[in-house]
Amino acid sequence: MSGPSTFQPKNPVLKWIERRLPIFGLVHSSFVAYPTPRNLNYWWTFGGILSFMLGVQIVTGVILAMHYTPHADLAFNSVEAIVRDVDYGWLLRYLHSNGASMFFIAVYIHMLRGLYYGSYKEPREILWILGVIIYLLMMATGFMGYVLPWGQMSFWGATVITNLFSAIPYFGESIVTLLWGGYSVGNPTLNRFFSLHYLLPFVIAGVVVLHVWALHVAGQNNPAGVEPKSSKDTVPFTPYATIKDGFGLACFILFYFWFVFYIPNYLGDPDNYIPANPGVTPPHIVPEWYYLPFYAILRSIPDKLAGVVAMFSAILVLAFLPWLDSAKTRSMRYRPLAKQCFWIFVGVCLGLGYLGAKPPEGVYVIAGRILTACYFAYFLIVLPILSRIEKPRAVPNSIADDVLGKKKSVVASALAVIGVAGLLALDSGSTARASDHGSTPPSMSWSFAGPFGKFDQGQLQRGYKVYKEVCAACHSMNLVHYRNLTDPGGPGLSIAQAEALAAEIQVKDGPNDAGDMFERPGRIADKFPSPFPNENAARAANGGAAPPDLSLMAKARGYERGFPQFIFDAFTQFQEKGPNYIHALLTGFEDTPPEGFKLPDGSTYNRYFPGHAMKMPNVLSDDQVTYDDGAPQNVDQYAKDVAAFLMWAAEPKLEERKRLGFQVMIFMVILAGLLYFTKRAVWADAH
Amino acid sequence: MTTSSSAGQSRRDFLFVATGAVAAVGAAAAAWPLVAQLNPDASTVAAGAPIEVDLSPIAEGQDIKVFWRGKPIFISHRTKKQIEEARNVNVASLPDPQPDSARVKEGHDQWLVVIGICTHLGCVPIAHEGAYDGFFCPCHGSVYDTSGRIRQGPAPSNLPVPPYAFISDSKIKIG
Repeated sequence: MSGPSTFQPKNPVLKWIERRLPIFGLVHSSFVAYPTPRNLNYWWTFGGILSFMLGVQIVTGVILAMHYTPHADLAFNSVEAIVRDVDYGWLLRYLHSNGASMFFIAVYIHMLRGLYYGSYKEPREILWILGVIIYLLMMATGFMGYVLPWGQMSFWGATVITNLFSAIPYFGESIVTLLWGGYSVGNPTLNRFFSLHYLLPFVIAGVVVLHVWALHVAGQNNPAGVEPKSSKDTVPFTPYATIKDGFGLACFILFYFWFVFYIPNYLGDPDNYIPANPGVTPPHIVPEWYYLPFYAILRSIPDKLAGVVAMFSAILVLAFLPWLDSAKTRSMRYRPLAKQCFWIFVGVCLGLGYLGAKPPEGVYVIAGRILTACYFAYFLIVLPILSRIEKPRAVPNSIADDVLGKKKSVVASALAVIGVAGLLALDSGSTARASDHGSTPPSMSWSFAGPFGKFDQGQLQRGYKVYKEVCAACHSMNLVHYRNLTDPGGPGLSIAQAEALAAEIQVKDGPNDAGDMFERPGRIADKFPSPFPNENAARAANGGAAPPDLSLMAKARGYERGFPQFIFDAFTQFQEKGPNYIHALLTGFEDTPPEGFKLPDGSTYNRYFPGHAMKMPNVLSDDQVTYDDGAPQNVDQYAKDVAAFLMWAAEPKLEERKRLGFQVMIFMVILAGLLYFTKRAVWADAH
Repeated sequence: MTTSSSAGQSRRDFLFVATGAVAAVGAAAAAWPLVAQLNPDASTVAAGAPIEVDLSPIAEGQDIKVFWRGKPIFISHRTKKQIEEARNVNVASLPDPQPDSARVKEGHDQWLVVIGICTHLGCVPIAHEGAYDGFFCPCHGSVYDTSGRIRQGPAPSNLPVPPYAFISDSKIKIG
């Protein structure tokens, strides 16, 4: 496992290098000849998957940083420019943002596997503690990365999390000011988060090297939890573990790409498509799903400092696990009681994750306290006591015996898979706003839904007409340019048509050489203008409420889908909350509010608007916009068309994404199949 | 026995090679977006659209600098003397032989439009300097004449003429 390498290069060049820097020998002994236990199951593949995900995050992150601007005024738009204008920018961004989720899914499975099979026990304590350090670094990195797009959730997440440090007695406030570099979360905060978000992955990579080093000294644990005794117990890492990990990785990539290509915003919060606004807090601040259990623990404790301490303790307690659990038997496979407690613990974690996404009211608070107590009880009471009183079943004499007497524990695996799916399904965004009191918008049928969905060109053109003749009187779309109307996968106008449309507007430009501002006709490189010179003018003209920019409206609005509907959404690729909501809003105006509802002055009653009192009047009426393609000229049709148009404006690369996704998925299925048969062929020798 | 095992062997080899090949194709395809993103993005491309320049304020003997696609474009309103100098050169003796007529638009002899980037290593030459009353590059001493042609120094070729056209007598469109 360690010690001098047996690698003897034949090639004189390799020999020359090896004599001076034994790097090939190191690689050979670590990744080729390294003996791995024969009985490893697929839960062990997640180590390799994590290395892969770290690589993906670093590569895509370095590239995104080439296009990203870490400035409070520019960050949001620079992220949108990546998605809209950079070649494959949408792919790189979605790979990175969904990659973070995949990284955490993999790390949670990796950690639970370690818990179940006792991978933290002697002689692997340092290996385990290094893992806890990696997990903490991941949490810091993930949090800071989430702040960078500078949306509403980013901004308020940063505010809430940094304010955790204000709980520290005496120095709290000064520490928070120090973290912010200002009197509130602002540009200095964003700059340092960007710098650290770029740095920390390399620190993680460094600790991963130590983690793998420690692993290679102690050797891998295995499902039987007995150390290899003879060469019959192990197989060389290459080709056996390599090909097995390769197949597992291909399956994981299929799962990952399902999200990237078909439901890229499923795991995110719609609020983060609203630019950061220091003046308005979203109704519910929720972290990304992977922090929800800890967020629930934080909120369960009715004391600021104690809550923060509890949250950090919930992670740090893991580092003491090797001493809290003193059982001699490693694998819970032979510890019936511990096994049951382990699955209860998994349930507790899922429950905490669910509660973290719920508003902290009523029964959720009580449930949160109970589960928090259970969480800590598992580590501080259950494991220490069980390890002293439980009589484990007999463990096999050797790994070879384990392989021969193998009975598949299908039930446990299935349970675990369901558990993981449940964890994943605790999507924060859709569940977090329980108290909106709005009616649920009906699901419409959209041509762009589903894996092969495409925009209806005629519909987009009609939608643009509605936008131009109705919406543009108050709203801007400052992320959409006239040139975009000619982009493939869009309304499909010719360049001449787009130029003619652009020329209809007057754009303020300058200053010229005389220092004056001047007006000029629009060009196709110009964006859809705002009818108001600035935000204050817009407010003045609209009774105090500035009409929001519509560029991202279809992605920035959502509604609660409820449990269990949002779990099915991952399978059905439901991504149409935004357009459903826009359509519902535009058709949801009612002249007379229901009895008992007090409508404030200057508002209109809308069934679907949160709070129902909407500042925007009902602007659509039948026969208002003339269609020349024979489509019905009524409010319902107008609302549908403009909602589809706004969906395209929010996600102009949707068609390209689905098309490329299909090709990639087919390819990955073929590759996974080939890897499976190769794996079988390779492992046929091992039995 | 030997036959069947060697047949099994070759089937297996085919499987290994096919798996390796498909994986290699996937890796190569994955590299494509990572490289393609380096290209100019759509907003940069859109900003590279043609520009119009009004020539009427430029007096004889004066020259201005405008920017197109991030490059300085020199527009010189040449004097009679400068035009004469540009014409009275033995074209064959030039390092990059090109008659003056090939560098200006017919009927608009007084207007010289060139990309103001030295063809040596990309510095910006200074107008109205150097031994030939044209352009002089301060970096490494290349000297261009009143037609923007290289006359002395390390630059290998003449200052390039950007694509442009007269849309009226006093207005050009570059690009």
